[in-house]
Amino acid sequence: MLRLLNLELQKLLLNRTSKVLIFISFILPFFVIILSSLKINVFGFFTLELGELGIFNFPIIWHLTTFFASQFKFFFAIVVVSMIGNEYSNKTIKQNLIDGLSKQEFILSKFYAIVFFSLVSTVLITLISLCIGLYYSSYTELSIIIRETNFIIAYFVKLVGFFSLCLFLGMLIKRSAFALAFLFVLYILEWIAFGLMVWKLDMATAEKIQNFFPLKSMYKLIDQPFQRIAMTKFPDKANLTYDYSVHGYEIAIVLGWTALFIFLSYRLLKRRDL
Amino acid sequence: MEPILTIENLTKKFGYLTAVKDLSFTINKGNVYGILGPNGSGKSTTLGIVLNVVNKTSGHFKWFDGNTTTHNALKKVGAIIERPNFYPYMSATQNLKLVCKIKGVSMAKIEEKLEIVGLLERKDSKFSTYSLGMKQRLAIASALLNDPEILILDEPTNGLDPQGIHQIREIIKQIAAKGTTILLASHLLDEVEKVCSHVVVLRKGVKLYAGRVDEMISSHGFFELKSHNQEALLNFVENHPAFGKIKVTDTLVTAFLNEPMKSDDFNKLLFEKGIILTHLVQRKESLEEQFLQLTDKN
Repeated sequence: MLRLLNLELQKLLLNRTSKVLIFISFILPFFVIILSSLKINVFGFFTLELGELGIFNFPIIWHLTTFFASQFKFFFAIVVVSMIGNEYSNKTIKQNLIDGLSKQEFILSKFYAIVFFSLVSTVLITLISLCIGLYYSSYTELSIIIRETNFIIAYFVKLVGFFSLCLFLGMLIKRSAFALAFLFVLYILEWIAFGLMVWKLDMATAEKIQNFFPLKSMYKLIDQPFQRIAMTKFPDKANLTYDYSVHGYEIAIVLGWTALFIFLSYRLLKRRDL
Repeated sequence: MEPILTIENLTKKFGYLTAVKDLSFTINKGNVYGILGPNGSGKSTTLGIVLNVVNKTSGHFKWFDGNTTTHNALKKVGAIIERPNFYPYMSATQNLKLVCKIKGVSMAKIEEKLEIVGLLERKDSKFSTYSLGMKQRLAIASALLNDPEILILDEPTNGLDPQGIHQIREIIKQIAAKGTTILLASHLLDEVEKVCSHVVVLRKGVKLYAGRVDEMISSHGFFELKSHNQEALLNFVENHPAFGKIKVTDTLVTAFLNEPMKSDDFNKLLFEKGIILTHLVQRKESLEEQFLQLTDKN
């Protein structure tokens, strides 16, 4: 396993484009989060301090930072898609197999790399959220800190699931740009399917089914936190309440998709003549 | 003899096209094999199948004694397919390190192998800056990293300039001299003739011949003759039982033998008949002529 991870890391980290994209997708969001947690003096008129708004309080900070950081996953998606696209365009996938890598190992090495970077990102976001939280939060009791840390798990699963989808699209289409375009097409298709279901069935059923779609199920893991922040500000407005927590079945759906995408990638490679 | 690769009734179909048809042959340790065939005869497909990149339609193949999985067996094989495939953004050393990691061998031999192919000075240059000849030599270095039991080369001199072709051939000869089994696929016959002891001849996916190069067709060779008295010469060879086909090109008479005959006996015989030769050469067919005969017949 370490051998396969090591292989993939060498392929990625010696490539300048991949390195820059990995930096943007994993390191940049944390800088943005840290910067936003600082006091910003807007041209001397007034001081903007997001910490004062209470959004860096435990446990809401887990929700906020994971939601925000996961928006940067698209940059690593480019890396995932191009790490497959490049293997095809350089024909190095063929050479790897001839050199004695099995098709299973090839897919696994890509998957391990995905898990590795998702894990690094998850650990980083945990540490940074913890630091900012401890600095700003009004409540620092352990029981409150560890509440809702399942957002961290959801963040990890979300990343792994999304990148597995990218891996599959990369294997399917072989060209990075087309695979990314297909990701966008899939997004549109999901909404068209949703629209059709709303039209033919009713809204509630359509939403239930939509939560099983690959992209939607990943998005659903961490719901947008803005409404929740509004809720904390105006606790009397009942129409703002919504279900924002992470559910076990949501994680299970995304893990199911992940397993399916990895399996399909392997099947595709196994059947293909290179 | 110890078999390295055994192929039995291998068939590969691409839709309606049958690229390899019921192919069987064995590669034994220590010989240098050539796979001959025109473009599109199924050479690369056959190699692709045994190298785990093309799926077979039916039949079997086994590496060594057949007890290891294909991808593990390939760790003991060195192979180059058509074009050198490496990561363009990595240097030669980095690319070879990656191959070492895949094959699970130590990285100690990288410099030694780069030395063999003469790339040691350029080891830290990026692969994308290499010329085609250098890329091909790097591919050979990469194939040698694990000191392979068998080296498989598919059209190794394709697209190279004469110097590049010469360098690659010299390297192949050196490796062959060390006793490494080599399997060389090519449509360049003189290339195969220069280095191979055994050949497999393919045409349209069908095996026409497998065996030693010099036993490819049962032939006793031919004489190339010239004489001022061409008429008498022709008259003599046409009526002599030892000769079969006679070919005349201008003043050159080519007489094919049906049975063995030595050139000195033949010369003496002609002299006794009063026919004096100005040119006498006894030859066997070149691999090219044998190959054309074989592919034309079938």
